[in-house]
Amino acid sequence: MTITEKILADHAGVSAVRPGDLVQVRVDAAFTHDVTAPLALETFHRIGVPRVYDREKVILVADHFVPNKDIQTAQQVKKMREFAREQGLRHFYEGGETGICHVLLPEKGLILPGQVIIGADSHTCTHGALGAFSTGVGSTDLAAVMATGEIWLKVPGTIRFEYTGTLPEWVQGKDLILHTLGRIGVEGALYRAMEFTGPVIAALPMHQRFTMANMAIEGGAKNGIMEVDDVTRAWLDERTSGPYRVFRSDPDADYESVVTIQVDGLSPQVACPSSPANVMPVSDVGPVPIDQVFIGSCTNGWLEDLRCAASLLEGRKAAPGLRLVVIPGSPWIYRKALEEGILATLLDAGAVIGPPCCGPCLGGHMGLLAEGERAVSTTNRNFIGRMGHPKSEVYLANPAVAAASAVLGRVAGPAELF
Amino acid sequence: MTIEGNVWKFGDDVDTDLILPARFLNLSDPAELAKGCFLNLRPDFIGRVQRGDVIVGGSNFGCGSSREHAPLAIREAGVGAIVAKSFARIFYRNAFNIGLPLLESEAAAEGLKEGDRVSVDLATGVIENKTSGKIWRANPIPPFMRELIQAGGLVESIRMKTHGARG
Repeated sequence: MTITEKILADHAGVSAVRPGDLVQVRVDAAFTHDVTAPLALETFHRIGVPRVYDREKVILVADHFVPNKDIQTAQQVKKMREFAREQGLRHFYEGGETGICHVLLPEKGLILPGQVIIGADSHTCTHGALGAFSTGVGSTDLAAVMATGEIWLKVPGTIRFEYTGTLPEWVQGKDLILHTLGRIGVEGALYRAMEFTGPVIAALPMHQRFTMANMAIEGGAKNGIMEVDDVTRAWLDERTSGPYRVFRSDPDADYESVVTIQVDGLSPQVACPSSPANVMPVSDVGPVPIDQVFIGSCTNGWLEDLRCAASLLEGRKAAPGLRLVVIPGSPWIYRKALEEGILATLLDAGAVIGPPCCGPCLGGHMGLLAEGERAVSTTNRNFIGRMGHPKSEVYLANPAVAAASAVLGRVAGPAELF
Repeated sequence: MTIEGNVWKFGDDVDTDLILPARFLNLSDPAELAKGCFLNLRPDFIGRVQRGDVIVGGSNFGCGSSREHAPLAIREAGVGAIVAKSFARIFYRNAFNIGLPLLESEAAAEGLKEGDRVSVDLATGVIENKTSGKIWRANPIPPFMRELIQAGGLVESIRMKTHGARG
């Protein structure tokens, strides 16, 4: 069996599962945020059970439209707060304690290898980077998990992606996943597990693994997953003492297919409008003028992402007329970036720095685009109208490309700065 | 159960941002959500769609975010069913969970045209183009999903299990 199959079999209480099997599995953590929680809480009340299945394992995070952007949002978050209080939930985050759920929860040690994680957000696949089975659902499914602690799932077939070679300078996890999406398309992994393996992944730091697993959904996947190794263990050791179980794919595991990707010679990649699979090397994009650069989100809002951007923006300035928006993924990242002088560097470069939240990524709160405007963004989606006006455009890239583009006022790779 | 209405035809990869833009996500009242349905893609949709109409999509319909607001907005707008070549995974679950039936049929999604009169029989999977007389048979809904629909959706199915009766 593959890692995904082993975790699902374990949590279903059976010795083995095969792709296509329908299984009822135990859930180790279930979370929802200010967009999906209001519907989930309403549905939870309709189900009619008095308490959530486990007050330690049901987690509420206000992260999309916070600090509350308008009266409706304030009302929604109020409902979350009251629910958390009524139910005695251990984990409810808002105000100065909140960050993007997919950054905040692993950082707090709430996600561990071998677990089944269900989140009412499509980018819940992020947590597969820690060797957990983690998938996104809608509000009704989440409410059912809150009530029962279980969910039915179809066991996905697994596609194994093997990355070989050595990563060239400025090429990161973001480029690997964009390049992969460019190859397989937005439904290339529909309903499947994407298992990321190979020597390149083994050498990849944890934040870049999160970036890759984060965008598995952009290929239609149910989950992205990676094996636990020393990098994972070291990352977890700094954040949690919680015991966890490690599952590995058998050498003879049945994969639906294997995709091998040679990374020597790969350059930073850009997903052009309006699909995360419309991918090409940054040098092929051409000198597209841009109005805004956004660095942040559950894809690239990690401390190392800000550090990378700051290393290029040090002593440089965002192009005249260009808006540079930077949002750290969590309060911890914000503080670290402050202590390390990253925020000062970014401010000197002309950045506006937002409070930890999803920000302009989904075009709901802060930093939206006007008609005809273009942005380079370290986020995960560039659908039509995603970041604002339906006639605005988004180019997805890694933080180094974003920083270089900010300086040059057009889509540009970091090599152009030297 | 048969649904009959006019066809609204869409292309491939219709994402949830196109179905319902993020500025509507601070709401949860389905009637309010319906006002934003396809607003960026087809601003005329909400004014003209009629109860029982059928959306016909290409492949990967409903890709993107997990917002259940998207199928809720479609259901509340009056749409009776969606026929598409394929659906994104989370959208598929969400739609059934809230009682919006989906049928997968490449041929029907190919053959049906904007404005055609169509009937969709959920029990048999038969899709009939009343305008041209052509008939297709969709992939049957798996037994597991039929149970869910029979109970009246996921909430009702849990209620039946936890309370022993529907209500």
